[in-house]
Amino acid sequence: MMRFSTLIKNPADWMTGGAAAHGAVLTSRIRLARNLRRQPFPGWAKREQRALALELMRPSIEALSVMKDAFSQELSELSSVQKQVLVERHLVSREHAARGEGSAVVIERRQSFSFMLNEEDHLRMQAIRPGLQLATAYEALTALDTELEATLEFAFDPSLGYLTTCPTNLGTGLRASVMLHLPGLVLSDQIGQVLQAVGKIGLAVRGLYGEGTESLGHLYQISNQSTLGESEETIIRRLERVIGQVAQHEQNAREKLVEDDPEMVADKIGRAYGVLRHAHIIDSKEALNHLSLLRLGGSLGFFAADTILLCDSLLMDIQPAHLQLHALRKLSPEERDSIRAQIVRSRLQSLQSSDTSTPSLGHPPSATAPANPPDEL
Amino acid sequence: MKCDFCDSKASVFLTQLVDGQMKKVSLCETCAKERGVTDPTGFSLADLLLGGITGELGGLTGGQVPASSSVGGNKTCPACGFTLEDLRRVRRFGCAECYTMFREEISPMLRGMHKGASHVGKVPEGLMALQFKHQRLQDLRSRLEHAVASENYEEAAGIRDEIHTLALP
Repeated sequence: MMRFSTLIKNPADWMTGGAAAHGAVLTSRIRLARNLRRQPFPGWAKREQRALALELMRPSIEALSVMKDAFSQELSELSSVQKQVLVERHLVSREHAARGEGSAVVIERRQSFSFMLNEEDHLRMQAIRPGLQLATAYEALTALDTELEATLEFAFDPSLGYLTTCPTNLGTGLRASVMLHLPGLVLSDQIGQVLQAVGKIGLAVRGLYGEGTESLGHLYQISNQSTLGESEETIIRRLERVIGQVAQHEQNAREKLVEDDPEMVADKIGRAYGVLRHAHIIDSKEALNHLSLLRLGGSLGFFAADTILLCDSLLMDIQPAHLQLHALRKLSPEERDSIRAQIVRSRLQSLQSSDTSTPSLGHPPSATAPANPPDEL
Repeated sequence: MKCDFCDSKASVFLTQLVDGQMKKVSLCETCAKERGVTDPTGFSLADLLLGGITGELGGLTGGQVPASSSVGGNKTCPACGFTLEDLRRVRRFGCAECYTMFREEISPMLRGMHKGASHVGKVPEGLMALQFKHQRLQDLRSRLEHAVASENYEEAAGIRDEIHTLALP
C-alpha cells in the first residue's frame, strides 16, 4: 500500500495538466454520493454501525483495478497536518478531515480518484481532471460506480434516485464543479455580471475553498446545485456549455485589456512578479493574488507558457499545511509567511532564467527586474 | 465585521447568488465550521444556510404540526429510529428507509431545491439486471408450463436448463 509521503511527493496528475489546463479552466471535478441500502447513514449510525459500513465498503473499493497500490487510510491514522494537506489538494472535504475513527479515504496513486468513506454519506467518490473535462471525468467515475454495484447494494428509490443523507444531493448524487481562473473579468469589472448570469440559471458560484466572490487569486468554482429531475448527462452538458461561455468571456476580456491598455496590464503583472520575486514575508492572500497576475502573464505571453504550471503548483505548495509538510514541523503564521516567500522566490528564479528570450508585448516585465537580485535563502 | 450568528469577529465571507439575488453572509471561523461553509468541495450546508429548506421545514414542524401534539407529531422511522424532530434539527436523514417514512414531508422541500421531483438518470445496473432477470424467469416459466402442457418434453428440458443457469447467483 502506498505511503502518505509517496502519495503527496508528486503533484497530482490534474495539477500538471498540460495543454488542457492552460486557459481559464483549471480543473474539472465530479462527485457522486452513494449510501449502503441497509446501513444507517454515517451521521446517524452508532459507532459499531459505522465500523461495519466501513468494513463492508473498503475491500470493494480497494479491489477496484484503478485502486491498485492506492493510498488507503483511516482518518484516525493521519496527523492533522496530513489531513489538511489532503484538504488543500481537494482530495478530501474539510468536513471529512475533521472525522476520525470509522472514516477512511482511498486515493488513487495519481490523485485522479479519491473515495471518502463514511463522510456525510457512506461513500463520496470523486474524479478530478485538468481543464474542462467534466464528461470524461464522469464517464471514468460512473464506470467505477457500476463496478462497485456488483458487490455493494446502494440505496436507490425509483422516484427519488440515489438516496443521500442530505436531500440536496438526492437523485443523481452528482456534483460537477469546475475551478476557473478569471483575472480578465475581474480586472475589467465584468465579473459580477457574469457570475450573476451563472447564478440565474441555478448554478452555484464559490471562491477557492469556499471563501466567497471577493475570491482569492481570482479563482472561482462553478457547480450544479440541482441533482434531482435531470440526468447526469443533462447536468454535465449544461455546465460544460456555461463554462465554455464563461471561458470565452474571460478570453475576450483579456484580449480587450491588452488592446485598450497594454501599459496597465504589463504594469500590474510586472509588479506582481516583482513582489513575488523579492518579498521575504508574504501571507497567502497576497501571494495568491500576485500569483494570479503572474499566471495571467504566462497566458498573455509576458512569460514563458510553463509559468502557468509553475503558478498552479505554487498555488498548492504555499497553502499552510503544505508549508508545514515541507518544513517537517508545525509553523506559526509568521514563520509560514517567511517560508512561503522563500519558496516563491526560489521557484521564480528558474522562471526568470527560462524566459529571457520569451516574446512579449513590448513590455516584458522580466526585463525590468534586476538581472541577479540578491536572494539569500 | 461581526459574525451573523454570534458576536465573534467574522473571518469567512460567503457570497452566493440565489435566484439571481446576491446574498452575503459573514461568519466567524467556529460558526463557519459548524455550518460546513468552509468545506472546500462546496457540497455543504451553504445551500441550506442561504434560503434553503430551513423555512419550509421550520414551517412544517413549527407551523402545521403544533409543537404540543405528540400523537403523530413526531413520526419515527421504524428502521433507524430517526424522528421528524431530528429531521427538523439536522436537516439530514437517518437512513434510506427514512425517505419512505417521511415522503410526505420531503416533497415540498424538494420543489425549491431541485429542477424536478422525480429521478431521471442512472439506475443501478444490479437493479436493472435484477428486474431483467426476474422478467426473463417469469417468461421462461410460462414457456415451460406451455411446453409441458403440450407434452413437448424436449423443449421443456431445454427451458428447464435455461431456468437453472439463470437462477444461479
